[in-house]
Amino acid sequence: MIELRSLTKKYGSFTAVDSIDLSVPDGELFGFLGPNGAGKTTTLRMIAGILQPTAGTIHLAGIDLAQDPLAAKSKLGFIPDRPFIYEKLTGAEFLRFVAGLYGQDGDKVEHRGRELMALFDLEEWADELVESYSHGMRQKLIISSAFVHRPEVIVVDEPMVGLDPKAARILKDLFREYVKRGHTIMMSTHTLEVAETLCDRIAIIQNGRIRSVGTIQDLRDEATGGGGLEEIFLKLTGERAARDAMEVLDA
Amino acid sequence: MHSDLASEAIVAGSTSQSVAGATPQSTASPSLRHVLSPKFLSAKARPLGKTENQAGRLILFGVIGAVFWLFVFGMLYRLLKYFRGIPEIGALLAAKLLGLMFVSLFGILILSNVVTALSSFFLAKDLDLLVAAPVDWLRLYGAKLLETTAHSSWMVVLVATPVLTAYGIIYQGGFLYPLVAIAAVLPFLFIPAAIGTAVTLVLVNIFPARRTRDILSVIAVLAAAGVVLLFRLVRPERLARPEGFRSLVEFISLLRTPTSSWMPSEWVAQGIMTWLRGDPEILHFYLLWSTAAVVVVFGAILHRWLYARGFSKSQESGQRWVRQGTLGSYVARLLTPWGVMRRELVLKEMRLFFRDTTQWSQLILLTVLVVVYVFNIKFLPLRGEGVTFFLANVIPFVNLILAGFVLASIAARFIFPGISLEGRTLWLLRSSPLEMRQLLWSKFWVGTIPLLALALILVFATDVLLEVSGFMMAVSIFTITMMTFAIAGLALGFGALYPKFNTENAAQIPTSFGGLVLMMASVVLIGVVIILEARPVYQFVGARLLHADPDPSALWLGFGGATLICLATTFVPIRIAVKRMKELER
Repeated sequence: MIELRSLTKKYGSFTAVDSIDLSVPDGELFGFLGPNGAGKTTTLRMIAGILQPTAGTIHLAGIDLAQDPLAAKSKLGFIPDRPFIYEKLTGAEFLRFVAGLYGQDGDKVEHRGRELMALFDLEEWADELVESYSHGMRQKLIISSAFVHRPEVIVVDEPMVGLDPKAARILKDLFREYVKRGHTIMMSTHTLEVAETLCDRIAIIQNGRIRSVGTIQDLRDEATGGGGLEEIFLKLTGERAARDAMEVLDA
Repeated sequence: MHSDLASEAIVAGSTSQSVAGATPQSTASPSLRHVLSPKFLSAKARPLGKTENQAGRLILFGVIGAVFWLFVFGMLYRLLKYFRGIPEIGALLAAKLLGLMFVSLFGILILSNVVTALSSFFLAKDLDLLVAAPVDWLRLYGAKLLETTAHSSWMVVLVATPVLTAYGIIYQGGFLYPLVAIAAVLPFLFIPAAIGTAVTLVLVNIFPARRTRDILSVIAVLAAAGVVLLFRLVRPERLARPEGFRSLVEFISLLRTPTSSWMPSEWVAQGIMTWLRGDPEILHFYLLWSTAAVVVVFGAILHRWLYARGFSKSQESGQRWVRQGTLGSYVARLLTPWGVMRRELVLKEMRLFFRDTTQWSQLILLTVLVVVYVFNIKFLPLRGEGVTFFLANVIPFVNLILAGFVLASIAARFIFPGISLEGRTLWLLRSSPLEMRQLLWSKFWVGTIPLLALALILVFATDVLLEVSGFMMAVSIFTITMMTFAIAGLALGFGALYPKFNTENAAQIPTSFGGLVLMMASVVLIGVVIILEARPVYQFVGARLLHADPDPSALWLGFGGATLICLATTFVPIRIAVKRMKELER
């Protein structure tokens, strides 16, 4: 479970995340939506322990991240939006290294690593250097690395970027199966179709604040007028889309 | 309806004529100036960037630059003044010196241009944009050639300026002299740039660019190592002895022959020297400018012919297969008792180091450095008559100072970049339950153990060659061990304080601001440790020699102080680094 209380992040006078309160219980896949620069990535990177909050608290699986960062992080798997990994390690070595960071090794880890790579069609590439991987393959490897140590909570920033349709489908199935087993996933995405079909609940963040949170139905009710998630998203975030595009092209 | 008309207008505008009222769209290629404009704008924006301690950095660089210039200028001024006082051969010597300088610069420039061209023509991040845009091939070549020339030549210009100024002042070059010097040096910079670029172009068409980078970095390091080794093994100090020359006539005739009349370096030297002697020969300038024009034209033709194919090849991915070494599994077994996390961290460090050509190839330079060092000690005239008791006991300390410098430069090469190289992958380490303390200490040990082994071998070997006493040997071994730990601690500390996360080439990290500060701090540390130890050791050995009862308290004080300083320099920087890493938000 993930619990955020009054979570705030300021960069000088600019407030990127403004006193967010959120609770994602066990067994839930939680979607985090918002326009570019709304504060999604900042929030997720704070939960992952990469950025330090200016104020507020983060609890992962009941452990306060600030009080006991190592114990909290040992429950976490993080998938960033940009797949930078060690170019000179092979895929298998990378997974072994990540498992080692969580104090895990041995046959079970090896087996799990091979299984994860096979799931994403990376089996043949397991012993090749990461520098020869494509963008999508790196993304698949990072996703595998987030699962290799069996975390309780997974935080994902834009998981579908660069994935082929088959891998995207596998990932969706994996995520659903994972939460079914009582684990927690918090995911940011711009693919509204993914959020709509996959997430149990969704939060929409804008200018660093939670604009709305709830199930798709809750959001639909709040947006008054119904429609798909795209309509709801545009209404709630007040984006001027189609009309502006016409004006720009005519200019 | 409106929408349909609008989209039709857009399509029409993008394919042939523009929509009414809009500026007519030009299909002409962007100008050279436009292609280069991001570079100018970036260069202009850089000093205004919000880097910490910007003013401090600029002042430090300014002071170091001024000291360097004054030093070079001062040396040359004295030397040339001396040459000027020698009738007949003075001017010949000055010309020969200038020729030698330019011939070495020419070699360095060719090598540096080959390496730089690989980055600017094939691996730079802006190439996707430029190659995809309607940029004319000639303008792309021109822009990238200028960029390559600027990147590879600025250091040469920096060195040449005080040298040429000294020549101009001593030989009274007149107010036109700076223009003459520029007219001679400018084409001299473009010739190796065009040649180097062409060599790279051909190489990339044979090998993939990423492999070419590996091959080139090894070639560059081997060439540099070869030059250093050759220079040292020839023992140039012997040539300075007067008995080395058989006759004055022979010497003068040797001086009169040009270094090589076909080399641009000789044309520059002769062009400048003939002007300074008041008898300017325009031929040298003609040769320089026409050759520069010819090589640039040939380079452009080659570029048109080969670039598209080479660029496409350079987009191929890097090395795929990797050999699983037995060393890795051996180390893994050895480290198992230390825990999974430590073992995996150490293994990762080793793999990344030995698989990165730009990293391991520096070991070649290191080997040469050690060979040259031991060679120097071997040929020091320290034995036999005339060597005083004082000298015999000072030399081991000088040896320690020099070995300390060697260790500091190695630590700057290998330990200092450790944190910077984690840059893009810090997200993984930061989000895992890995303590930053653990990461830094594993980096410390991975760097320190080989460094210590090298330090001990170096000091032991040189002390044996110097035939020092058992006591001095113990002092040396103890001191170098303590200094190794302290220097490694400093390297890690400064590496975390001044990281360069966005660099693509690990070899550039040691020459950054942080690397400079590290070298300065190491010099201070070595100085303090030696000052604390040398005096009590000298008194102690002196007393023993006179069969007096030496008072060991000064010795304890000196060594105690040095040990404390070394321990503090080991632990405090690592503590600061841990704190800094915890605060780092990447």
